[in-house]
Amino acid sequence: MSAFTSLSSAALKGFFRDKVALFFSFAFPLMFIVIFGLLFADQGAEQIEIGVTGDGPVIQALESTGAFDLTEFDTFQEGFAQVRDGELPAVVAVEGSTVTLRFAASDQTAAATVRGIVEGVVNDVNLRSAGVEPQFQVRAQQVEDSSLKPIQFIVPGMMSWGVALGAVFGSAFTLVSWRKKQVLRRIRSAPIGIFTVLGSRLVATMMIGIVQAIVFIGVGTLPLFGLQLAGRWWLAIPVLLLGIIAFFAVGLVIGAFCKTEEATSGVANAVIVPMAFLSGVFFPLDGAPGWMQTISDFMPLKHMNEGVSAFLVNNQGPEALVMPSVVLAGFTVLMLAIAAKVFNWESS
Amino acid sequence: MSANEAALMPPAIAVEGLRKSYGDLKAVDGVNFEVIEGEFFGILGPNGAGKTTTMEMVEGLRKPDGGTIRIFGESPWPRNTSLLRRIGIQLQASAFFDKLTSIEQLRTFAALYGVGGDKAAEMLELVGLSEKADTREDKLSGGQKQRLSIACALVHDPDVVFLDEPTSGLDPQARRNLWDVLESIRERGKTIVYTTHYLEEAEELCDRVAIMESGKILALDTPASLVKGLEAPTRVLLKKGVISAELAREITGVESAGEEGDLLTITTRDPGPVLAHLAENVPLDTLQVRTTTLEDVFLNLTGRAYRE
Ligand SMILES: Nc1ncnc2c1ncn2[C@@H]1O[C@H](COP(=O)(O)OP(=O)(O)OP(=O)(O)O)[C@@H](O)[C@H]1O
Ligand SMILES: [Mg+2]
Repeated sequence: MSAFTSLSSAALKGFFRDKVALFFSFAFPLMFIVIFGLLFADQGAEQIEIGVTGDGPVIQALESTGAFDLTEFDTFQEGFAQVRDGELPAVVAVEGSTVTLRFAASDQTAAATVRGIVEGVVNDVNLRSAGVEPQFQVRAQQVEDSSLKPIQFIVPGMMSWGVALGAVFGSAFTLVSWRKKQVLRRIRSAPIGIFTVLGSRLVATMMIGIVQAIVFIGVGTLPLFGLQLAGRWWLAIPVLLLGIIAFFAVGLVIGAFCKTEEATSGVANAVIVPMAFLSGVFFPLDGAPGWMQTISDFMPLKHMNEGVSAFLVNNQGPEALVMPSVVLAGFTVLMLAIAAKVFNWESS
Repeated sequence: MSANEAALMPPAIAVEGLRKSYGDLKAVDGVNFEVIEGEFFGILGPNGAGKTTTMEMVEGLRKPDGGTIRIFGESPWPRNTSLLRRIGIQLQASAFFDKLTSIEQLRTFAALYGVGGDKAAEMLELVGLSEKADTREDKLSGGQKQRLSIACALVHDPDVVFLDEPTSGLDPQARRNLWDVLESIRERGKTIVYTTHYLEEAEELCDRVAIMESGKILALDTPASLVKGLEAPTRVLLKKGVISAELAREITGVESAGEEGDLLTITTRDPGPVLAHLAENVPLDTLQVRTTTLEDVFLNLTGRAYRE
């Protein structure tokens, strides 16, 4: 076996025998996939809860739209009180030919939705009771839109995060523990280059990252969660590997600065946890304020996640490779330059 | 090879005027020595004497402030990879790869030198760790770690081996076992440079010893010559009361006799007749003979007793 493969396999053995490393690389991200996956399992099929009083064709038509979960009240006052207290977004009262709608001002989106549907239903009932044949007809049909399902962003997000986490901790801990235990000096006293040593560790980290990705995607595609891969999913592999290299380089910088394992763990978490939130791997940042989205654009994890999602679930074309690749490669170069500046063989 | 032939061969290691300071502290202060091929060379000294610093400069792991070092005629600094292939290093603290077994450590270290791991099993055998081949590094005892780390220094078949305190922290039995290991390494024709705190160990193992203190080599010779050069008398210790000090001084050849604690100490430069006389007159189990040791040499050189 060559020095390179021998060192890679030493690193892999060390990793797979380390229960803590295994937990954080596999079980920890999986835990989030399972929790989020189950928590948001039936989001999208959500109905709006409204109050109603009275009966007749309007109420029946409202019920048959499927958009509402109706709660019946004996008097209008009762339902109105609930809306005012913020318990319900709206209440509809039918008394003879008068349809009264009261909606809460706090949730404009729900209000607009309720209003739109109620008005539509009332118009429809009016036309029908007048015996008029409508001139235009909307033929609506539901489409199974995969991107709506939360699991479609949970898995790529947790995968990017878990793999990045593994790469950062893998390289940072290796460097610090090797320096502390004098393994670095011992390696330096052998006729072998630092690039062989680091390269072999990187290859091991990439292999670990690929195994992580397979496990996360595998769990996501279980019927319970129902992840569906897009046709060009394999284009996510280069993004994944570039991401691993970039975060391996982040780990090298952390490992070059820190002297102890405790410090390493603290610094690595301080870097990766805020980055995870700012990169939208836990929840999408679509609704976040503009400044936060600007910061997010500078996060390599965001670009890794976007690149991975583009091919894994969004079925984008190969041109979606460009942006993540450029950002991740540039970031890697920057990190390596910093690491090379602060790196030290010895602790003194 | 004869002493003359050895003298004609270029030394495996030649160190001249070696110097290293840490701030104001002169850790190594003008050290000179040569090591002949195949020699077992010891550097002996108390904590902080400068042994490790000297060794690591010779190994090429630290940059000297001054002086020259030649190993097989080449300088180890700046990092000299062709030379690194020919030397084996055991650092004072054991350096192992995380979570690997003994045999895997050896194979990985072999790979660092670009050689196959076929010697791994043989090296484990040599240091008596064969039954621990599949034990992980963190499950080895201190002595087993020391032995594994020596095996790691040997796995690429180097010509010179540097061992920094291979026997420290071991119980007496484990130390004896390690002496056998070191002897068998010497029998393989390796040149060995090693450091130790233990005087009697250096005396037992080394061809030549450098006694070091405060960054300087105080004396350098074979243990026998160092002891002989001291021309110190042999001491005979007797239980007090077996024979009186006055009577002892009467014996031919006795230089002095004096009581201290519950012991009577007799010194003599002619131990033969004195011991013969004592053997006739006192029970032998009350008698102990202390010949001169490196401890006396150290006391003589520094004016203070050696403490490990
Ligand atoms: N990296 C360093 N920075 C500062 N001082 C150092 C450093 N390394 C060693 N020293 C100092 O240099 C002196 C010699 O240290 P060295 O390690 O060579 O001693 P030693 O003879 O090997 O001791 P020991 O028997 O305890 O191993 C000591 O006083 C030590 O404190
Ligand atoms: Mg030392």
